[in-house]
Amino acid sequence: MHFRDALSSSTTVTVTVRAFARYAEILGLEETTLELDEPATVSDAVKLLRSSIPNGSRLPERPLVAINREHVLAETPLQDGDELALLPPLAGG
Amino acid sequence: MSFVTRQPIDGAALLAQVADPGLGGTALFVGSVRRGKEDGPVEAIEYSAYETMLEEEFGRIVTEIRSRWREARVVGVHRLGRIPAGEISIAVAAAAPHRAEAFAACRHAIEEAKKRLPVWKKEIFQDGSEAWRDNESRLA
Repeated sequence: MHFRDALSSSTTVTVTVRAFARYAEILGLEETTLELDEPATVSDAVKLLRSSIPNGSRLPERPLVAINREHVLAETPLQDGDELALLPPLAGG
Repeated sequence: MSFVTRQPIDGAALLAQVADPGLGGTALFVGSVRRGKEDGPVEAIEYSAYETMLEEEFGRIVTEIRSRWREARVVGVHRLGRIPAGEISIAVAAAAPHRAEAFAACRHAIEEAKKRLPVWKKEIFQDGSEAWRDNESRLA
């Protein structure tokens, strides 16, 4: 699946989105791609996911996220080719 | 070295990995699957992870420890998959010249691991029902 902001006209960034555990169950997918207008942040990507994917609204507005396997904040800008991971509350150990 | 295994964890093997004649104190933390009782007896926990990130994040924790306790040696391993109650899910060993640094480094490793590793667990109860469980709160 590939989700794109319908009104997009300017330069865009494409990111791979990965969902894990409970979030993968909610969305019914473990991976998708997302295309957003530049400049875009993690928060913009989450907003688009919540509005465009079936059951997306069941994701929290500010989930724990990682870009390229590092924890980041919602305000972090996205670069083309980033791997954006949606992390449910952690439960290691 | 990988921080992930799907086999039973051997604490003694971790102790051997950090052993060094110059390091006189070694601390080993071992976390096991707890039977629990709030929702009924837990039979096992199914652990899943974002494995590539788990490896990198554990590596970053080890790097932090090496910069803070320069002489310490630390190793850790997290088991994934279905782990029966009573068996080890995570183990961390830290060796240092003296016990204070060994305890501190070991404590740092396990506390940061619990806070930062992208790992999830689903409790499997004796009646066959299942529930996601995180480190902060109980999920509906």
